[in-house]
Amino acid sequence: MNTQRTLVKLSTLVAAMSLSLSALAVDITGAGATFPYAVYTKWAEAYKGATGNQVNYQGIGSSGGVKQIKAKTVNFGGSDAPLKTTLLDSMNLVQIPTVMGAVTIVVNVPGIKSGEIKLDGPTAAEIFRGAITKWNHPAIAKLNPGLKLPATAITVSHRSDGSGTTYAFSNYMAKQSMAFKRDVGAGNTVNWPVNAVGGKGNPGVAANVQKISGTIGYVDIADAMKNNMTFVALKNKAGKYIVPNQSSVADAAAGADFNVPGMAPDLLDQSHKNAWPITSATFALVYEKGEDAAKQKGVVEFFTWSLNNGQKMAEELGFVPLPANVVKMVEAEMKKIK
Amino acid sequence: MSEAATPVDLHAQQVRKFKLQDMFFHQVTMVFAFIVLAALVGILISLAIEAMPVFREFGPAFLWTNVWNVPEDQYGALSAIYGTVVTSIIALVIAVPVSFGIALFLTETCPAWLRRPLGTAIELLAGVPSIIYGIWGLFIFAPLFAEHVQPYLQELVGDTPIISGWFAGPPIGVGILTAGIVLSLMVIPFVASVMRDVFETVPPQLKESAYGVGCTTWEVVTNIVLPYTRVGVIGGIMLGLGRALGETMAVTFVIGNANRIVGSLFAPGTSIASTLANEFGEADPGLHISSLFALGLVLFVITFIVLAISQWLIKRGIAKQGI
Repeated sequence: MNTQRTLVKLSTLVAAMSLSLSALAVDITGAGATFPYAVYTKWAEAYKGATGNQVNYQGIGSSGGVKQIKAKTVNFGGSDAPLKTTLLDSMNLVQIPTVMGAVTIVVNVPGIKSGEIKLDGPTAAEIFRGAITKWNHPAIAKLNPGLKLPATAITVSHRSDGSGTTYAFSNYMAKQSMAFKRDVGAGNTVNWPVNAVGGKGNPGVAANVQKISGTIGYVDIADAMKNNMTFVALKNKAGKYIVPNQSSVADAAAGADFNVPGMAPDLLDQSHKNAWPITSATFALVYEKGEDAAKQKGVVEFFTWSLNNGQKMAEELGFVPLPANVVKMVEAEMKKIK
Repeated sequence: MSEAATPVDLHAQQVRKFKLQDMFFHQVTMVFAFIVLAALVGILISLAIEAMPVFREFGPAFLWTNVWNVPEDQYGALSAIYGTVVTSIIALVIAVPVSFGIALFLTETCPAWLRRPLGTAIELLAGVPSIIYGIWGLFIFAPLFAEHVQPYLQELVGDTPIISGWFAGPPIGVGILTAGIVLSLMVIPFVASVMRDVFETVPPQLKESAYGVGCTTWEVVTNIVLPYTRVGVIGGIMLGLGRALGETMAVTFVIGNANRIVGSLFAPGTSIASTLANEFGEADPGLHISSLFALGLVLFVITFIVLAISQWLIKRGIAKQGI
């Protein structure tokens, strides 16, 4: 009897607490891409500490984010793939880039250390298409004179879940090779070759690459650095072999012109001499004229605060903050949001 | 008179109250039971509606087409059905004999002091979340399997026709066989504990009289325990099969997630549940999402068929026993 009463008391207490909490908070909700989830939540936490306003972001996937903002169930949507400007115009959506990331190519080849093996786009595309199946293939050997390549079979490690990482990677590969575009395709989920193995999430791919000898895979830069993986030096448009790091990603953005409708220039294969070729941004989608002015303002304030104060947090998580001039452009663009 | 009438009245009141209570109880429990039915029918209908576009586009051929090409919007369920069925069969082939051994040991030959700790351990194993099995499978089991078991298996079968094909391909650790083995570990506690429980229902008189006429333990098990508990054992195996068919997270981690059919058990594959887990989040509206719903419907039907078969087996078993 006693325990029952305590239980009842406890549950009322909990209910009252949760009620009062939700009444106090200025709730802004966003949903969408999983890629920026880590940095959005970090920003939201710091933002709450600084201003007291609450931002909830749910990483439900880019297509889910677009669906939710269309249904107006969230205050902003997140998407890794930029929406077409015609779609943005017809729906009166404002699209802003928020943070950048990169997809790296990582390998596990016996005897080869990080940055030692060089690949160019077309050769990498042939490997990921399943056309090159041995590490000592002449096409790889030609790019790597002096490097001792084993006769190990190549296993391609890819994301099994639909993702923005696959979107950026496959789009870059499709640009490099028509055959890749035809056989594998470009998108969130694509059609991998026979020697491929899928892992769930970036950690899943990273685990497969580290455990299976002879594997090549693509992993976002944050997870690749966290796991201390063996990078491939990839040839960029300027002809230089780049080992990915955050500054080479920033260099890719420096050469791009964000001053276009939708603010989504193609960051893949930029011509800056130090640019990492597989760079992409992630985007937030907000209605130009929302139903709730306070929440619209809340979204603008959150991103303004984060873009100006959150660079370091983003870097620590393996993301790359937008360059200062792009932040100015984003702020100007956000003036449209009312 | 009035004094006599009061208790009768009281009694009638009481009876009315009980009747009302009974009726109320009957209605409430009926509503609860119907919620289950409504949920089942609701799920089935919504799956069917969402899956319609795919069956309109590809027809029933969706079920036996071996293609899963998202960029080109071509879908067929065969590779996922194959992976689901093959991993479940592997799981059962391993789990049934092992569970049988566990149950036998626990009920027939185990010293009394060991019975409880072992039994509890099995029940605890059944309570381990499937994601734990998945992570363990991917990070610990698959590398060990790739390094120590797979090359050895390949050497063992050599060039034996047919069988060597099952173990062909690079030993990468993850794949159909690994998924089947991890699944078997997840299924064993269920099957073993059901078997143990039904073995315990065998009347001791039967067993003791068999021992009394000089039967060995093995003879008692095959001639007394098994025939007596056949129905329960089949039920336990089907419970395990049901779990293996629908298991999602653990399989997603270790099956390798490749939407194709390769004859080798070492090759990566996919199952219905793991395809759903992988692709639902970022599926594009249209045929892609619809084909995922269609896969869900297929899994539903497969599970239904398994249940129906087990019911039929159990009925037949009961009829044979003449109970």
